Amino acid sequence: MALINLSKKEIHCKIVYYGPGRCGKTTNLLYIYNAMNNQARSKMLTIETKGERTLFFDLLPLNLGKINGFNIRIQLYTVPGQIIYKATRKLVLKGVDGLVFVADSLKVRQAKNMESLQDLHHNLLDYNLNTEEIPIILQFNKRDLVNTTIPTLTKEELEIDLNSELNTKVFEAAAIKGIGVFETLKEISKRTIQYVATKHLSINH
Amino acid sequence: MADLILTKSVLDKTKIEIENALIRAGVNTVLLIDEAGNVVTACKHKNCDLDTTSLAALAAANFGVTAQIAKLIGEDDFALLFHKGKKDSIHFARISNDLILVTIFGENVSLGLVRLRVAQLAKTIEKAFAQIN
Repeated sequence: MALINLSKKEIHCKIVYYGPGRCGKTTNLLYIYNAMNNQARSKMLTIETKGERTLFFDLLPLNLGKINGFNIRIQLYTVPGQIIYKATRKLVLKGVDGLVFVADSLKVRQAKNMESLQDLHHNLLDYNLNTEEIPIILQFNKRDLVNTTIPTLTKEELEIDLNSELNTKVFEAAAIKGIGVFETLKEISKRTIQYVATKHLSINH
Repeated sequence: MADLILTKSVLDKTKIEIENALIRAGVNTVLLIDEAGNVVTACKHKNCDLDTTSLAALAAANFGVTAQIAKLIGEDDFALLFHKGKKDSIHFARISNDLILVTIFGENVSLGLVRLRVAQLAKTIEKAFAQIN
């Protein structure tokens, strides 16, 4: 649910990073937080367990500058990936305007990726939303492990598992090193703003 | 959940109503937020330095969580929540389907007064927002 403030000329959008537990959603936000200057970002809010796993959500508000005189403010959220937190994930999805699905490249996480994507579809459906309407992009994370001895999935395998139906843009990333993080953010921000703006304002790019 | 488009006239009117009903009564801060955690409008005393973005996100989440608790005991949701602190307390009230009014007040203001004023204010805000959506 975007909020368009015609008085302040501001557009607020909510982008949610979704994906299985330990795939790197919070790592994406942390990298963005550390890389951006204070003018563009606000305080990052984290609700985590003692083991540093996301319990409820992380929130990073960003100010992306102006388009057609409107200040673009984006709030990046993550969800807790672990299966038991299904209800929490659904709550965080409330009012979502754009989605990044972060997939884990580790071979052992193949089933978890698919399970999480299914869970996303179900949760969206509960809000009468679907991935054909809401902008979504895929990020294949941990690609820095491909050339190591750790068994990983190929890009093609991940495409077949996750992108056969979505048919969306894919970014390869190593969030811990910052590779692909801003490319992902840039693309989802662009698509989300376009989605919100074309719905309500006469801005087409 | 439909997008919320705020016009200047509705925002100005809402702000005046909040100022008159709550800020003048001694309340520290009032936030009107939506269920996605966005700040619709914030009214506070000049010397009040508060991270409204984080507060709005957490307040919306808090409301969502308690709605789930309500369902477990057979209720749809709890229309108002109240947390008592040592010095400051916080009161949350649902307004229509999409909005939440968050009121932060100190010991100088009674909970009864806040509840009364919020109940009156809720009707006015609901009416104003019904015109734009």
